[in-house]
Amino acid sequence: MLKMTNVSKVYRTDTVETHALREFSLQVDEGEFVSVTGPSGSGKTTFLNIAGLLEELSSGSYELDGRDISKLSDKERSRVRNEKIGFIFQSFNLIPELNIFDNVDVPLRYRGFKADERRRRIEKCLDMVGLASRPKHFPAQLSGGQQQRVAIARALAGEPRFLLADEPTGNLDSAMADSVLDLLSEINNSGTTIIMVTHELTLADRAKRNIYVRDGQVSDEAPELQLAVAGGQG
Amino acid sequence: MFRYYLKLGLLSIRANPALSALMVAAIGIGIGACMTIVTIYYVMSGNPIPQKSEILFNVQVDSWSPDDPYDEPNEPPEQMTYLDATGLYQAGDDFKQVIMFLSDRVVQPEGEDNLPFEIESRATTHDFFDMFEVPFQYGSPWSASADTAEERVIVLSQALNEKLFGGADSIGEQVMLNGESYRVVGVLDYWQPIPKFYDLNNNDYGMPAQLFLPFSVAVANEHGSAGNTNCWKPFGDGGYSAFLNSECIWIQMWAELPTAAEQDRYRQFLDSYVTEQKTLGRFPRDLNNRISNVEEWLEIQEVVDEDVSMLLGLATLFLVVCLLNTIGLLLAKVMRRTKDISLRRALGASKSSLFSQYIIEAGLIGIAGGVLGIALTWLGLRGILNLFSEMDFVQYLVKMDWVMVMSAVLLAVVSALAAALYPTWRACSITPASQLRIQ
Repeated sequence: MLKMTNVSKVYRTDTVETHALREFSLQVDEGEFVSVTGPSGSGKTTFLNIAGLLEELSSGSYELDGRDISKLSDKERSRVRNEKIGFIFQSFNLIPELNIFDNVDVPLRYRGFKADERRRRIEKCLDMVGLASRPKHFPAQLSGGQQQRVAIARALAGEPRFLLADEPTGNLDSAMADSVLDLLSEINNSGTTIIMVTHELTLADRAKRNIYVRDGQVSDEAPELQLAVAGGQG
Repeated sequence: MFRYYLKLGLLSIRANPALSALMVAAIGIGIGACMTIVTIYYVMSGNPIPQKSEILFNVQVDSWSPDDPYDEPNEPPEQMTYLDATGLYQAGDDFKQVIMFLSDRVVQPEGEDNLPFEIESRATTHDFFDMFEVPFQYGSPWSASADTAEERVIVLSQALNEKLFGGADSIGEQVMLNGESYRVVGVLDYWQPIPKFYDLNNNDYGMPAQLFLPFSVAVANEHGSAGNTNCWKPFGDGGYSAFLNSECIWIQMWAELPTAAEQDRYRQFLDSYVTEQKTLGRFPRDLNNRISNVEEWLEIQEVVDEDVSMLLGLATLFLVVCLLNTIGLLLAKVMRRTKDISLRRALGASKSSLFSQYIIEAGLIGIAGGVLGIALTWLGLRGILNLFSEMDFVQYLVKMDWVMVMSAVLLAVVSALAAALYPTWRACSITPASQLRIQ
């Protein structure tokens, strides 16, 4: 369902050309929980940004659900992001002026759902992450773990096919990190595909498959992990 | 989505109160300064009789000195001599013409306790009221025969009727003027053309006279001119009759010429009159007759002072400076909100959605700026009124009407939207991924 073939991403300035991804190829099937690890600057976040349509690729092809999305217009890319992809960020990225309910509401607004449908989805997702009793709280009134749960509820509200998580436990203590990972596993068990970027190998091990990225390419050299790299890549 | 964007706009304004207040102040001050001057310009340059301004013509004939033009480079006099005004009026009786001059009278009210008082009067011919569409509260203008028969009839202004008769229908009442009794035939309704186009020699923005009476009666009773009078040669010691026969200019003349053919015929009429006068030894200068419609006449007479036009330019520049400041402030605001923009993009907002959101927020700032601008305009106009309170016409210049209020709000909103275009475009162009990892 997610298929990148020979994807390259080059950042250019007047004097420097940086290759963040080189001939990057990967396929993720429906229902997988894939972790992406690799050293700093290896290109794993660039991969996640391209997978989430937050950046455009320089060359190669990217198919999502069998559709080539590398040549979509801005409006179509926004729609795909809104309908098929949910994001979870390391720094939660909640909007401080909006309460919990309204934060989860943001992607649903852009989806154009009616008020009743939005309310139903928001309440369901807040219930799923254990925050159903606090819809009127503002982000600043919650702990880090609770804020990340709100972010997960927001990512889930649109019922996306993919969850893209960028260091989702990076700002949490180990107890909170464990509970967030438990939640992600639960979500994955219910059928949502998850791709999680992390630099913590112990967390990566919670995924069903791990991708090791080095120098902008998928590599099969990840000695400390039990790898299940897609065949023929690297 | 409009309501959602409205809510986001209000939240954003509340979240950045200082920055928002600065933007509202920048727009409000700009609009206030601009609209204060625009209001004055608008009133000063307004068309006082739009429905007829194209067909009413001020009449000029050049009876001035052979040595110098009345005004450089070769302008004919703004007013007429008595000889020419009455000569043209009588010879052109198949045209609708009006002649008039400003005078003054002493009104002697009935009752021993009431003291006499002086008022401005306008001596004119009967068509004045019809030509300038002067509204009547009671009665009507005097007739053509009253002009000819030198009947002592008068038309009162609303204010004078209020003073003399408590605002009652005074038709048929007698009023004593300088010891002579006049019969009231008409009372005007409120009438205040701005500028006072039919006589720009005597206070462009002044009130109309308080009393109107037949030209023929005024001359027969030797009413003097109370307005500007200019002569290019002395007229001796022959008293009023010598003054009437002099080359002094003191009478205003207008003609109503509804078609281009009529206007041509009137020009020929003026030329033939002057040519005939030349044979009598008058009009030493070359033919230089003019007819100017109301708007042309206002322009020739420079009713709108050049200083006001310059002030208008400066005020507009000031507004532009305020808008540039607003652009800067909006940019600063956008730069502070790049993370929010990136996040919304990641959650599915298209560029056009974000554009709508930010434009609506700018519109809200614009409306707030417009309201502040109206308040400042009102204050500015009050300031002008206080500064020039001794000049009675100023009160007519400093009135705000709904057109101006709506224009102020509209200008503010358009200005805010214009100021928001570049920052909003910048906001929408932010790459979604660029800000989401910054902690």
